[in-house]
Amino acid sequence: VILAALDFQTLSDAIGLGAIYALMAVGIGLVFGVLRLVNFAYGQLIMAGAYVLAFTSGWPVAASIATCFAVVVALSLTMELVVFRPLRGQSPPVMLVTTFAIAFLLQAIALIVDLRDDTLGEVAAALTSLSAPVTIAGAEVRKITLVSIVVAAGALLLLALLLARTTIGLHTRAAANDFRTARLLGVRANRVIAFAVVVSGLLAAAVAVMMTVTLPLVTPDFALRDTIVVLVGVVVGGIDRLWTATLGGFTIGFVSGVINGVLPTDKTVYLPSAVFALVILVLLLRPAGLFAWGRRAAAERV
Amino acid sequence: MRRWLDAFAQLAAPMLLVVAVGLFATTVSPSNEVYFMNALVSVAIVVAIYVFVGNSGVLSFGQISFVAVGAFAAGVMTVPLESKKGVLTTLFPLLRDHTIGDVLSLLLAAALGGLFAFAVGLPLMRLSGLAAGIATFAVLEITHNVLQQWTKIGPGATTLSLVPETTGPLQGTLGALVVIGIAFAYQRSRLGRQLRASREDAAAAAGVGVHVHVQRLWAFTLSGALAGFAGGLLVHQLGSITTEQVYLELTFLTLAMLVVGGLTSLWGAVVGALAVSGLDSFLSQAEQGVHVLGQRLDLPSGTRLVFLAAIMALVLILRPSGLTGGREFRLPWARRNA
Repeated sequence: VILAALDFQTLSDAIGLGAIYALMAVGIGLVFGVLRLVNFAYGQLIMAGAYVLAFTSGWPVAASIATCFAVVVALSLTMELVVFRPLRGQSPPVMLVTTFAIAFLLQAIALIVDLRDDTLGEVAAALTSLSAPVTIAGAEVRKITLVSIVVAAGALLLLALLLARTTIGLHTRAAANDFRTARLLGVRANRVIAFAVVVSGLLAAAVAVMMTVTLPLVTPDFALRDTIVVLVGVVVGGIDRLWTATLGGFTIGFVSGVINGVLPTDKTVYLPSAVFALVILVLLLRPAGLFAWGRRAAAERV
Repeated sequence: MRRWLDAFAQLAAPMLLVVAVGLFATTVSPSNEVYFMNALVSVAIVVAIYVFVGNSGVLSFGQISFVAVGAFAAGVMTVPLESKKGVLTTLFPLLRDHTIGDVLSLLLAAALGGLFAFAVGLPLMRLSGLAAGIATFAVLEITHNVLQQWTKIGPGATTLSLVPETTGPLQGTLGALVVIGIAFAYQRSRLGRQLRASREDAAAAAGVGVHVHVQRLWAFTLSGALAGFAGGLLVHQLGSITTEQVYLELTFLTLAMLVVGGLTSLWGAVVGALAVSGLDSFLSQAEQGVHVLGQRLDLPSGTRLVFLAAIMALVLILRPSGLTGGREFRLPWARRNA
């Protein structure tokens, strides 16, 4: 029954969601790589981008998107300067809880801005035409699905080239591997971190643009749930390597897409439990990550 | 003699603080009493979390699951029989046809919280770092999902109401004191010291014979029992509760309280809980307008959360080790020979 319901449309939607989650996973994983900091406030960058799109709905689409990118990257850099930098080298719980507080703060500010017109939620409708379907080989696929897949593939390819072929990419990879040694060998910490933070901001903005197509109503908790799901996916995939983290993000997006498309809603009441039980099982069997082949769990170093 | 005095001060200071809050609660108007009760229940929950997270250094997002289990167990079992038969008709007969007293319900909450934590901890305590964080978060999700859907053990997605509101200033204060006392006894015990040693250096602790998994499991179980107990206090304070009230927001807020106070000390847990809930109460008063030092302070409505989050973030950025620096309370003249 389940396989019969798995049509082409569901599959393509699931891949589209997986592509968006993969981009979020890269944004989170890149910053984790250089700072060892799990940025819980990443979803609020996307939320801020979505609000910018909503408030600039009347503008030409290109200008609206450009403003979104500019604002999100600026916010991302501000976060680095004001929050991440003073916390460098602190214990993981302190860094994580601080990003909770920042996430709360941005949400509370968004709520006030949003409620100026006394209704909750703003509409970002400039790109909704992209959610219309096109027919490919007899099957209907929404345009945004194709756009997400193309954008995600392009962005990942570009990033892979940046990391592999440029000096700053080399420095970033070195820093992610061993920050202290990399610094001793002349890698500039602030430049590498700024690079990671800017790229992660660009990705957040891209995600904001694509998410508002399917969810045009922007509220303060926009992308919050998605961020939590992606964080789970990133850790399950393996947060120590960028590509395992990305694959983890894609997998969890793809799986949620398939499940939501296939199961009727009255059958899914205990579905979250089943999914999270699976998450626990994977973590117990492969604590370093599902895709972290050949590497042992990162034991506490002496 | 000196050592005993220091230990006495470490326990007496948080306890006195809690007693002071409890005494204040009896002097204010009933509409303001709720702020003090929130603070006392927060102390119980945050200290319960501290017993595991603070002593082991392993981050857990799952402790609110045990608060939730305790709250719903204590709540469901104390709704008066006559109303229960009308409202909670879908329950298992055993739960539907029986009602227990207030104190017994708190003990039941503690027992269930401890049992649940032990069962969960048995496999999960092998994990550390982010994997532990995500796995315990998964426990929270599962608990929330089951409590919300399974109407044979509780009200499901609807509100559980008509719970006797027995957590007044007396029960709130006593409850918080019990949790603090147990947490203190644990951290000074052989077991607690072994776990704290493993927090500082897991490899070295294992090298001198500390069984890290086992020690983490004890702390997790004790923390679960205390969290269940705190959940019982919570439901008897509120009188009605939904699954959303013991879920993500409470998890983040209580963890923030712990880190703001200072992750690694009991004193930090108590100070953090009282400071953050005190600040929250003050800000919600300020939204309605209050007089501070002769000045009228009137915050625009809706800004409470902005200020609360901003101040918490500021404390963490300026003092990452928390308000207490993660140290226990020390008498002023004892500071010299640390």
